[in-house]
This record gives sequence, structure tokens and C-alpha cells, in this order.
Amino acid sequence: MELTGAQIVWECLVREGVEVVFGYPGGATLPLYDAMNDYPIHHVLVRHEQAAAHAADGYARVSGRVGVALATSGPGATNLVTGIATAMMDSSPIVCITGQVATSVLGSDAFQETDITGITLPITKHNYLVTRVEDLAQTLREAFHIARTGRPGPVLIDLPKDVQTARTEFVYPEGPVRLPGYRPEPEGPLDADLDRALDFINAAERPVVLAGHGVLLSGAMRELLAFAERGDIPVACTLLGLGGFPASHRLCLGMMGMHGHAAANLAVQHADLLVALGMRFDDRVTGNLKTYARGARKVHVDLDPAELNKNVPVDVAIAGDLRRVLQAWLPHVEARDRGAWLAQIDAWREESRSRDILCNAPEGRLYPAQVIHGLWQATKGRAIVVTDVGQHQMWVAQYYRHDWGPALVTSGGLGTMGFGLPAGIGAKFAAPDEEVWVVCGDGGFQMNVQELGTLAQEGLDLKVALMNNGFLGMVRQWQELFFGRRYTATRLQNPDFCRLVEAYGLQALRVKRPEDVLPAVQAARAARGPVIIDFWVEQEDNVYPMVPAGADLDKMIRRPYPVRELA
Amino acid sequence: MQGASHMPEDGAGGRRVKHTLVAWVEDKPGVLNRVASLFRRRNFNIESLTVGHTEARGISRMTIVVDTQGRGSHLVAQNLRKLINVIKVQDVTTAPTVVRDLALIKVRATPETRSEVMQLVHIFRARVVDVAPDSVIIEVTGTEDKIDSLAELLRPLGILEMARTGRVAMVRGRGSNGYPGDLAEGRG
Repeated sequence: MELTGAQIVWECLVREGVEVVFGYPGGATLPLYDAMNDYPIHHVLVRHEQAAAHAADGYARVSGRVGVALATSGPGATNLVTGIATAMMDSSPIVCITGQVATSVLGSDAFQETDITGITLPITKHNYLVTRVEDLAQTLREAFHIARTGRPGPVLIDLPKDVQTARTEFVYPEGPVRLPGYRPEPEGPLDADLDRALDFINAAERPVVLAGHGVLLSGAMRELLAFAERGDIPVACTLLGLGGFPASHRLCLGMMGMHGHAAANLAVQHADLLVALGMRFDDRVTGNLKTYARGARKVHVDLDPAELNKNVPVDVAIAGDLRRVLQAWLPHVEARDRGAWLAQIDAWREESRSRDILCNAPEGRLYPAQVIHGLWQATKGRAIVVTDVGQHQMWVAQYYRHDWGPALVTSGGLGTMGFGLPAGIGAKFAAPDEEVWVVCGDGGFQMNVQELGTLAQEGLDLKVALMNNGFLGMVRQWQELFFGRRYTATRLQNPDFCRLVEAYGLQALRVKRPEDVLPAVQAARAARGPVIIDFWVEQEDNVYPMVPAGADLDKMIRRPYPVRELA
Repeated sequence: MQGASHMPEDGAGGRRVKHTLVAWVEDKPGVLNRVASLFRRRNFNIESLTVGHTEARGISRMTIVVDTQGRGSHLVAQNLRKLINVIKVQDVTTAPTVVRDLALIKVRATPETRSEVMQLVHIFRARVVDVAPDSVIIEVTGTEDKIDSLAELLRPLGILEMARTGRVAMVRGRGSNGYPGDLAEGRG
């Protein structure tokens, strides 16, 4: 069957199981869009290409399938860049298809030409410029394969306009993809390494598991649970690892790192063994590397061999699929009672509880933690929560305690403000029957606020909790703590968000008092369609604990106790 | 010692060590750019990089000399392996290898100095490949040390121009490249 390049793209997307794509048309993708209507794929018209990439990313993280974004050449393509880098840092499988000027004028600085494969080289897992229509089907097949297998990541395909209109005999490349240089999974780990790690695990008095995104990506939640319970080993999670271990479990320490729970950080620093599973020792997790877990042996398992011995030198480095490694370990993990170690951790937890803002909030004031806690209560901890980046993101990590992942969608590695709303749209498409909440700050919300238009046009049942404190809160916090409270360029003069939202034809609620949190959340849940709640929270609340950048992990700034009255 | 390091020496001691890596890559547009971009992004310094065809169609061979800035060469190798178009990477720094660099050196050669130049050419088993009234071009192959020595001795006579290929390396003895058969048979 002879088809155009544009038709081949859609044929291949259908065969990859793609049901929804996020995009924005332009001159160099007109043939692609013209062919689209003949295929059973829903196109979501975003209002900015950055949102297309984030939406594809959010879709991918929730569905576990490849998200797809479309953009035209030049500015359309460059607008994807932030979204692609976000997906790269967080190992999210997306395929971005960009239009390109015709091959006859490639390299001539033609109108809306940009070297997007060159630009995205360091922020994609792989990318392609397709110059022959005959290569198109194979390229799409490879792109999806590369995006979803191994350590997932973004793949970009640049598609010149004449390749979209050129015709060729379409034969879908069935069968496995053969790429001689691509090893999605490293060679099986050495038995000797697995055994040595087991010896350390069974011998440890004060072990801690560090659970990362890899737990969720390899689907190793059950195995991790069994492993921790068998060995009576507490589990701390990275930001992206939250949901990999049930938050309500007695062995769960919650998040570790810069804004991690104090008990988690103290446990890491006092441990005699760290078992790092599918995480990469990011600087936000370790603090000062020189003093990081000095007394601990370290076992590190990751699918990506390039992560092993990168930031933290370890005693046993195991490159492999986490689920299989845990399965190999499980029969040999000795059942242990590590009561003394857990009692020490409980003492740290108890001390933290006494400082918690939830127990100590001054009368009548609305703290963001209360909002997140209320949201957690109202949704019974079962909503998919998509965050933006900043203070609220950390409060979600601390107070929205998911028992099962992947249910937290957040930009961890790149820390991309503006991620929340579009990623929430993608997440809702991935899980139309689940309750999805976007939590964002007033800064990040306005970075992609135009996506309210997409939300309205799609009539998505997405709820948004806006933590409105009139500041770029996290930067303000750093200015307060480390720059003598000199607030520079962090105060926001905001619009009336309710009126803004209503102008898009959407429902809005405003909450200023703690007692109104639950009723507003329940009202939003009961409403059909999108609802945005504008929470007027304390303006100068801080995220605690905080490990200052580069400080030792146990040198945390703690919430003053009793809670200081804010001016 | 608990938490003992398994990093190579240059990781622990911060010594600057040059590593020689050999990479077999698909002969496709942009592959050199991908490799170069990786080194730049990861802050590894390339001392030299040579690239050329191999015995197999569709496969190019790169010899890369890299200063890992006190980080392990395993990081360089593992990151190279992550590139889809890179088929195989071997760190040959400590392996028994034949290492060669080739240089063309244009050196001033007046009637007074010509015999001295010729003597050096002879000692270093180099060749004169071009003769002009006041200069000659010398072709010399060998290890980088050997070429450095020759260049050092020629310098007082006046080196006008020098072009070096950078290091190529091959492990001694038997043993195959080990890349997949379909490529060795010339898929690309």
C-alpha cells in the first residue's frame, strides 16, 4: 500500500497503541495534521508547545506508556526543549515529532528552520532527522522502542515537510527492533556481587533502603515490600521514589534529602548499610558528599551502569533490573528483628511530630501543609497528584502520603516550574477514571496558565489546588534564610485568579481559612469538570526541615518550636 | 575501611590520568557529534580523537584519549555505551596495545642544517616525503613520546608546521572485536 509520510506516521502511532497526542500545528506539520483525521487518535490542542511535551510526560508517567508530542519546526520545536529536558532528567518515555523545513532547503536558514536534532542532542535518549520517507516507519518503530525500554527517556524525530508528503510503499516493520549498539538492560549482574551484597544486608545492624524512581519503573513495589519486611529494614524514598513503598507502613521513613523527613536523614547518616535501589544519589538527596553516610557500607543497584560510582563510591555496584535483583535476593534475606535500630528511628520520628506544623499551627492561619493534609484526607490518599515545582512540591512530598505508586507526578531532576498544569492534563488523559489533582504555586501556575484554555476545551475533570502566597516561595525562603531576608524579585503581584479562571469558563473557589479547606475540596470533588481552588496561604511559611545546599545531611534547619508567629 | 572506594585510582586520588578508549560506532551522520557532545556535556577533556573506517562496512572506529578530570574512566565508557550508535567500547589504557601516532612535520632545512635534519630522520626511522629549497616535510609514525622527542630535537632548527593524527590503538594478540555479525557483514 502506497502512503504519504504523514500517513505513515499515523499508521505507526496507531500500531504503537497511541490513543492521544498533544500538539500544536504549524507550517511544517500541515501535511501531518491533514492526514490525522483518518486515524483513531485524539489530538489535544495545547496553547504552547512546552505544554505538549509536559502533557506527554505526565501521560507517560501515569500510564507507563509512551507519551507523544507534536510541534512544528523552528519555534515550535524549540518550545519543546524544556519539556524534553524534564523528561530526560526524570527518565520519562516520550516521543516528540517535529516538523522541519524541506530537505531541499535544510541548512539554508530557511523560514522557521532550526537544528532541533542538534539542540536536543544532550537532552534526548536518542534523536533522528528523517530525510527519506523509506526510513520513516523503521525510525518510528525504533523511537518508541528506545523511549520505552531500558532506562526510559525522550526520543525526538525531526520530519522535513517533503518527507511528510513523499509517498512510499508502507510495510510496517514487524518483529523485534534490532539496534546493534543498544543494550536496554545490562548483562545480568554477577552472582558474586549479588552474594556479597546479601552478606552485607544480612550482617547489617542499622540498614536503610534508599528507594528511587527505579522501584516504580521496574515495577518492583511488591518485591521491595517483601524485602523490607523480611529483613525488618526501614525504607527512605527519593522524591520520585515516593509511592514505591507504602507511606503508611511502619518501615516507611518518607522522603530523604534536602527537604526530607528528619528521621530519614538521620537514619541515613547513622546507618551501617545503605541499599540504594534505582536511585542516583542526586545532590538534593545526599547533601555534602564528603560527610554522606560515612559509617555505611553501600550497595547500589541501578539499571543504568553509568549511574554506578558516579556521585557516591559504593562497595557493591550492581547493574541490572531492580525487580530481578530483589527476586534473586529475597529467598536469601535472613528474617531479622532490627528492633533497636527501629526504636532509635521512632524516637527521631516522635521528636519531629512534636514540631510538625499540623499540630502547632497558630489559630486561624492557613498553612500550606494543612491544605495538602486536607486534600490527602478528603481523597483518602488515593488521588493522583501532579505538582509544579517549589515549596508546595515539597509539602506534597511530605504530607500527601501515597501508599502505592505511580501516583505522584513531579519534576524532580530538572525542577521545571510550569510543569504542573500541563502534566496534570496528560495525567488525566492517562487515567480518566481516577481522581487527579494538580497542586501548584502561584508562580508556576502562571508559567503555563494558558493551559486553562486546553483544560476548558477538553472539558477534563481535573482539579487544581493553587497555593497562593504571593511569592516565589522557595526562592523567597532561600532569601530569608541565606540572604538576610532581602526579598529580591520574589514578590508577585497576582491577578484575581478566580476571575481569571472564570474567564476561561471554569469554576473557581477561594479559601482563606483552615476550616474551609475540607468543604472546598469536597465541593470541587463533587463538581463535574475542572475546578480551581485558590488557597490564600501564609505568605512566608518555610519548608522544614531544610538541609542547606552542600551542607551535611544531618545539619538540618528545623521548624522553630513553638511555631514562630509570622509578621 | 568501610565504604571503601572501588573507583579507579584517578577517582580517589584526583591524579590526572589519560585514558585510551576504543569505540566502534555505526557509520552514520552525526555520530561524531554525539560523541563529542557527550564529552563536552560530561566535562571530560578530549586529548585526541581519531576516527576512521574499520575492516567491517558500516562501522567506524574511534580512538579517544581522554582526561577524566579525576573521575573514573568507567564513567566515560559507560556513558559512551549509552549512545545508541555506539556498538562497543573498550578501555585499553592498561591493556597491552600497539599505539601509534602519525605526524607530518615541515621543518626549515637550509644547506647548513639539512644534514642534521636527515640524521634525525634516520635515527627516528622517519621519512622525508617532500623536499623544497629551504624546507622538508618529515613523516613519522610511532608512539606519541617518540614523536614528541623528534619534534623537540627539530624545534631549534625551526618547525614551520606540524600536523598530528592523534593516537590510534589496537590490543595485541588474537581476539575479535566482538561486534554483532550482521554489522561485520556490512549491514550499513
